[in-house]
Amino acid sequence: MRRLLQWIFGRLPIGWLQLTHKRGRFLAALSGVAFANVLVFVQLGIMNSMATATLKPYELFEADIMISAADANALAEGSNVARQWMLQAFADPDVVAGMGLFVGNAPWDRGDTDITFTTFGIDPGQPGFVAPAIAGDLALLQVQDVAIIDRLARGLPRDEAAAIRPQTPLSFETQGRTLTALDTFAGGGGFGGDGYMFVSDQTFLSLFPARSSAAPDHILLRLRPGADADATIARLGTLISADDLRIRSYDAAAQEDLRYQQTQRPTGVIFGFGVLIGVLVGLVIVYQVLSADVADHLREYATFKAMGYGPRFFLGIVVEEALVLGLLGFLPGLAVGTAILTLMGAITTLPLSMTPAMALMVFIGTVVFSVLSGVIATRRLSAADPADLF
Amino acid sequence: MSNETVLDIRVLNHWFGSGGARKQALFDIDMTLERGSFTVLMGPSGSGKTTLLTLAGCLRGVEEGSVRLLGHELRDAPEAELTLLRRRLGFIFQAHNLHESLTALQNVVMGVQVRPGVPDGLARLAAARALDLVGLSDRMNYRPANLSGGQKQRVAVARALVGNPAMVLADEPTAALDKDSAADVIDLLKRLGAARGTTTLLVTHDNRILDRADRILTLEDGRIVSSDIGPAATRVDHGEQTGTTSSH
Repeated sequence: MRRLLQWIFGRLPIGWLQLTHKRGRFLAALSGVAFANVLVFVQLGIMNSMATATLKPYELFEADIMISAADANALAEGSNVARQWMLQAFADPDVVAGMGLFVGNAPWDRGDTDITFTTFGIDPGQPGFVAPAIAGDLALLQVQDVAIIDRLARGLPRDEAAAIRPQTPLSFETQGRTLTALDTFAGGGGFGGDGYMFVSDQTFLSLFPARSSAAPDHILLRLRPGADADATIARLGTLISADDLRIRSYDAAAQEDLRYQQTQRPTGVIFGFGVLIGVLVGLVIVYQVLSADVADHLREYATFKAMGYGPRFFLGIVVEEALVLGLLGFLPGLAVGTAILTLMGAITTLPLSMTPAMALMVFIGTVVFSVLSGVIATRRLSAADPADLF
Repeated sequence: MSNETVLDIRVLNHWFGSGGARKQALFDIDMTLERGSFTVLMGPSGSGKTTLLTLAGCLRGVEEGSVRLLGHELRDAPEAELTLLRRRLGFIFQAHNLHESLTALQNVVMGVQVRPGVPDGLARLAAARALDLVGLSDRMNYRPANLSGGQKQRVAVARALVGNPAMVLADEPTAALDKDSAADVIDLLKRLGAARGTTTLLVTHDNRILDRADRILTLEDGRIVSSDIGPAATRVDHGEQTGTTSSH
């Protein structure tokens, strides 16, 4: 490290020598930076997890356009949509298929635990609207009260889930009915439910008798290959004369849901503030360390000033110290952050993990904010008056 | 012998404070130091010695009068010019002011690296030679905490002289030293300065070192009240010393 800094700055690595001269204080400073990194990692990990969990159900379907109620900010929120609009949409020459999507939460009381499935009611005769991994099993849903369940659902023992086959089905009670799980797929727990479940629209209406077959939660549309989705959406806007609808591309619906979760829902805002607080804590810690270090060495700095060293030299020392703290504080922060996210992911089954992009982003942020703290701390250097040395 | 003027001070007045608390510290100071001279500035506490030293060393702004250092007028000079001029000076402080995190060698290296572009190897070589000259070749890798008071001050001397400064400004460099260490430090300053033609202005209360001076200036209440030829300058007359000092 010392040689690297000497090579970078072209002089004695005074910042490094100052920091390492008092090892106890140096380790405490590194711990502080690492702590701030862990805070940011955990909050970012949860935010990323929220993004992954929000987008996960969208990955279970394949569609080009989604029609939802105006107040449907998320897949499992909002009013219903009249099925008649799907029939109206077929009037557009580019719309080749449509399917009503029903969404509801169905709890499975397992005695010691409840597993809440975000349940999708779909037309089993429309395999083109679901992800290929599920499409092959869709015919199973044509039988009433049959389900395909999420083998990664929170609270569902993995060995129990792995044993579910058409030959070895699993029956369970939910919403006052007995469902039979004939197969599984890989979903995963989210913030709104413990996992996902597919049933036919008819089974869905049996589970949720208050719902009407004429009013699904969303309408999914497929377009002919090569069709311009934006142009079709514009045409549908004139074809469907309802003001209380949102007609969006399927991808846009997913992204709007994500934005809503991150910026409108309390959990997203809280996690966002968590990241901000982590950054501020890191900024304050590095500032305090560097500021105290400048104060401790004012006499030495004043001596260097007297010798003819200019402002850039002092800025270089503080930036050097900030870089050392940022770099060396990041590594333990990364290790501890990874361990915590892995542990939290295992406990909650949320998609919590350290990603290279997250590590890189936090690394760059750590270095940038450490240097920023250093630049702020150099203001104290003005107190180093060489005339006071005599 | 050289009559090249290094420092030329004319009608220098200086004040501290402002408004009703404004107090004059220096009165009509005239002084000239020539290359290679060794001048001792004496006087009671509060007489203005240190103020004069800091003004001569570009560490304080000149308010009234003229201070010409190495041909540069310091009054109204921009900070960047003063910074460059300070690189041609050597400072020795009463408390040595060595950097506690750096070894003796690294402290002296800092006296070389203040000039941009000096390769690290060359700086280390020069620093090692300077430490050898002050008799500390076996203490190069010691930090200040592991050096005695006299050794620290010798490192400070090496740091001040390693860049071949035109002038050394020393403030009470022997105040914290015992008699032998004080004599060592002053002899070093005198010997190395003479060998390199370095001008020295030294503030002291220490009468033990007066016999090394070419000239002894005495300040009282901000005024130079006497300017005497020192014992060393007497030897100049016998061909031993270079440089002169004068006070007008």
